[in-house]
Amino acid sequence: MTDTAWIDTALSSARPQAVGALLRYFRNLDTAEEAFQNACLRALKSWPQNGPPRDPAAWLIMVGRNVAIDDIRRSRKQEPLPEDAAISDLDDAEEALAERLDGSHYRDDILRLLFICCHPELPATQQIALALRIVSGLTVKQIARAFLVTEAAMEQRITRAKARVADADVPFETPGAVERAERLSAVAAMIYLIFNEGYSASGDTAEIRSPLCEEAIRLARLLLRLFQSEPEIMGLTALLLLQHARAAARFDAEGAFVLLDDQDRSLWNQKMIAEGLALIDKAMRHRRSGPYQIQAAIAALHARAARPEDTDWTQIDLLYGALEIMQPSPVVTLNRAVAVSKVRGAEAALELIEPLGQRLSSYFHFFGVRGAFLMQLGRNDEARVAFDRAIALANTSAEAAHIRMHLDRLMRDSQPNGAEVRKK
Amino acid sequence: MLYAILCYHDEDTVGSWTKEQDAAVMKKLAVVQGALTKQGRLGPVARLLPTTSATTLRKDDPPLVIDGPYAETKEQLLGFYIVDCNNLDEALDVARDLGAANPGGAYEIRPVGMMTPGSLKT
Repeated sequence: MTDTAWIDTALSSARPQAVGALLRYFRNLDTAEEAFQNACLRALKSWPQNGPPRDPAAWLIMVGRNVAIDDIRRSRKQEPLPEDAAISDLDDAEEALAERLDGSHYRDDILRLLFICCHPELPATQQIALALRIVSGLTVKQIARAFLVTEAAMEQRITRAKARVADADVPFETPGAVERAERLSAVAAMIYLIFNEGYSASGDTAEIRSPLCEEAIRLARLLLRLFQSEPEIMGLTALLLLQHARAAARFDAEGAFVLLDDQDRSLWNQKMIAEGLALIDKAMRHRRSGPYQIQAAIAALHARAARPEDTDWTQIDLLYGALEIMQPSPVVTLNRAVAVSKVRGAEAALELIEPLGQRLSSYFHFFGVRGAFLMQLGRNDEARVAFDRAIALANTSAEAAHIRMHLDRLMRDSQPNGAEVRKK
Repeated sequence: MLYAILCYHDEDTVGSWTKEQDAAVMKKLAVVQGALTKQGRLGPVARLLPTTSATTLRKDDPPLVIDGPYAETKEQLLGFYIVDCNNLDEALDVARDLGAANPGGAYEIRPVGMMTPGSLKT
């Protein structure tokens, strides 16, 4: 058989569980990873001949563990290499192990593996790189490409992150309920970071970076399958799906950012939207609201509107209000102001963001939004000042180009215009 | 005799298809389905959303709602309904009514992503 794509798929979907379990055995990330690599090599040799094992993850865990134990013994005793057959005789072992691999056990294995990547001392970019390498199994080359850095630089970043994590004291006992909830929320935040890393890409890099969004969705789904009754994990998964559903419409042919109001909604991915909406529906039944659910609900209201003018801005305003209470942040208030401008006009919106000036004095979107409100009110001179400030603070060329478009429009006329604050 | 053909596959694999790959498979399926439709032999075809969107109602007394797909192996699939509901709560209400009429076992409630009504004349 020459087609080995099914093996790649099986190996990558078994990876989080297998590496997680191997980490529990060896309590050392490098050993666990190496053991998994070795098991994969053996799988590539054995599976095409013997067919896939009943439970690929259990097979990989068993083989990985045996090979690593043999390696350890060998280096201790300097004994000759064991026969390949001696460690590959797995048929019985697999069955025995599969029985012991009960769901709750590997659930904590995967959560621990993800949690290790969220070490608070690691800067966000290192957390993400580490998770993509260890949990998702992306190659250093793939990660480097998504982060737009050289392979050598990414290699160094991951090595450094691993060294930090190795010193960290992550307990290997089964976590208690409180501990588990804390881990879950740290991991959810990390998955959201991975997503944003791809989502915040500008038009010229969006395509290269969109695998980050897809990987984040895959991890969110994995987490949801492990923790099926967590409304916030449903909310997170829904949020990512609903945001990513708009991917094809967010940039024009030249790579310029397209505002939500101006997007071609026929390009939105209806399959992702349907799944996102179903997940929110499911989450709401629990009557335990949370920031991801609220943000997902906001994204859902956008997704449900066939035309921009159908958007239920009143409801969006209310949801941002709830989010402000739950997670007070000037950026949330800024987002809410956009909804307020649609419901009660630019005057009210401007009033809402006025107190944020100091805290957001170096935030691009603040000046972009402020400028748009001023423009709607016909205060063009002030709008121009705000837009100039926004251009000076733009993070990407797409952001700057977008503001320049406003300025051009100001020059031409003073027609009112909407604005979107990117959720971050 | 009517036959139901139930579709099983690894959702990770199917979920990892690109839009183009997915469309290519659907196109090939449409050829087969099209021929059956013309002959008036094809009933409804549904594509379900992933199992992460599933909810299960155990028909115990009182019925118990569990997040996630039906995971037991001791019962067998005996039939299915397609119901039009505004939301999951409504679908669960329907399932509860059905469950009251026929207790025991469980219903897995899964949103339908795509459906064609078919051309069967009954």
